[in-house]
Amino acid sequence: MDDLRDLYQEVILDHGKNPRNFRHPEDANRHAEGDNPLCGDRLTIYLKIGHNGLVEDVAFEGRGCAISMASASMMTEIIAGKTEEAARALFHRFHDFVTGKEEIEGADDEDLEKLIVLAGVKQFPMRVKCATLAWHTMTAAMDGENVVTTE
Amino acid sequence: MNAALAEARPSNSAFDVEKVRADFPILSREVHGKPLVYLDSAASAQKPRQVIEAETRVYEEEYANVHRGVHYLSQAATQKFEATRTRIASFINAPDENEVVFTRGASEAINLVAFSYAAHFLKEGDEILISELEHHSNIVPWQLAAQRNGAVIRAIPICQDGQIDMAAYADLLGPRTKMVAITAQSNALGIIPPLERMIPMAHDASAKVLVDGCQAITHRPVDVQAMGCDFFAFSGHKIYGPTGVGALWGRAELLEAMPPWQGGGEMIARVGIEKSTYKGIPHRFEAGTPAIAQVIALKDALDYVDGLGMGAIAEHEAMLLDHAVRRLEAMDGVTIIGTSPAKASIVSFLLDGIHPHDIGTIVDREGVAVRVGHHCAQPVMEYYDIAATVRASFGLYNTLAEVDALIASLEKTREIFA
Ligand SMILES: Cc1ncc(COP(=O)(O)O)c(C=O)c1O
Repeated sequence: MDDLRDLYQEVILDHGKNPRNFRHPEDANRHAEGDNPLCGDRLTIYLKIGHNGLVEDVAFEGRGCAISMASASMMTEIIAGKTEEAARALFHRFHDFVTGKEEIEGADDEDLEKLIVLAGVKQFPMRVKCATLAWHTMTAAMDGENVVTTE
Repeated sequence: MNAALAEARPSNSAFDVEKVRADFPILSREVHGKPLVYLDSAASAQKPRQVIEAETRVYEEEYANVHRGVHYLSQAATQKFEATRTRIASFINAPDENEVVFTRGASEAINLVAFSYAAHFLKEGDEILISELEHHSNIVPWQLAAQRNGAVIRAIPICQDGQIDMAAYADLLGPRTKMVAITAQSNALGIIPPLERMIPMAHDASAKVLVDGCQAITHRPVDVQAMGCDFFAFSGHKIYGPTGVGALWGRAELLEAMPPWQGGGEMIARVGIEKSTYKGIPHRFEAGTPAIAQVIALKDALDYVDGLGMGAIAEHEAMLLDHAVRRLEAMDGVTIIGTSPAKASIVSFLLDGIHPHDIGTIVDREGVAVRVGHHCAQPVMEYYDIAATVRASFGLYNTLAEVDALIASLEKTREIFA
């Protein structure tokens, strides 16, 4: 049960049940749909990117498991106000972290630290795609690819 | 035990599930420190020792390529290989064993009909009806065939209870309908369409009928002559047999008119560099070296279930399903998808506010193996406007206590999400 408690921490359950920025902003100028065919999870990420490359607004809609919803919700909170480049870099580190390529001990990066609650997926290889779906979709939206799938 | 003896066995004979379980070595293992509760037989069934040993025995005692050698082993292997064909014919009551074509499984069997029959005999504007209940394997091959000849695919809709909308089906049938491809049991919901009415209706419209028997064959006796279909497809691995083997049964006059769909050894009569002639049925459709040991051991799987009696298995599984449905209905916030009473051995459901994927992960830690997702039946999910369900499917080796273990693991899931 301990692995399960690690995976389904309070914060995750809370974001999963009450996702933040769960909406469709009228003025979004990028969007992409993410699809996890394994379980049928599907979400759309909306971005409003300013002239200076700043993520002025980020939101999402869709449905999925607690892990994918929580990860999407937390992502929208964290990348708002960042540059595209910084958001991509963060995903890069987050990805290495949940796939076990990088260990993250505490606070070298405050954003990454917030994402440590998702570390539980490391024990559940089938669930890593759930944790990264929103992020893959975000980068696809930035790249102007409108559809992304985890397969 | 042969088929006749099995039939003579009263179907209400006491079914000793503990004795059955002892035949399945994998069922005694643990998963995450808990006894395995395997409720995913609809995806693939576990194998009894009889099948495992039969497959091993082939390699240890009688292995050689089939249909090619004059030497002793080749002849012995060929005889065993062909004995499975005969056994399948008796198992599904086919009039002639030459109507049984070995394939890699149900998917390949359906592809064979789509490419060799539909792609050749259907013309632009002809219609292929498939139901919204179908597994992707009974959808995509028809789409590929239709792309070749301009045939049109039309969907037979389902109703809220998961059953075929028979009025809509009657409306869809017409002079353009040339093929109806329908499952004998939905793998996603367990629903059993009324083939006894649907097949004659299709024939009245002069359409041919392919039945996807992949699920149905594991849960109740199959008689292709009584059913009256034109083609019947199934996979060995779902009926407690090896992977990599399945079969297509087709009416001889149809198979004989169909051109080969794959070329290679085994299927030819005489080969020249520019032109070849082909063997008759069924070998014309069996190019290349087949899954020899798996085909041979499939006979042992059919003997095994026949030994228990398909009627007795159906009764045992009906008891499990009934118990599962009752216990699920007694839980708060459970929605069962597909409530038609014409149903066997599968229950697909949702738990309020908890995604199936999360449920699957949590119950797995309790040793309970269920399938979560769209079950390769996305049109079903679209109909209900859901992304996924939890599916528990029962096999001949499951017990009432395992159903209770499922319910307990669901309650635990609830606690975590409380
Ligand atoms: C109803 C149904 N049809 C077809 C198939 C495809 O079988 P296979 O993958 O063995 O070819 C399955 C297996 O999941 C099934 O349940």
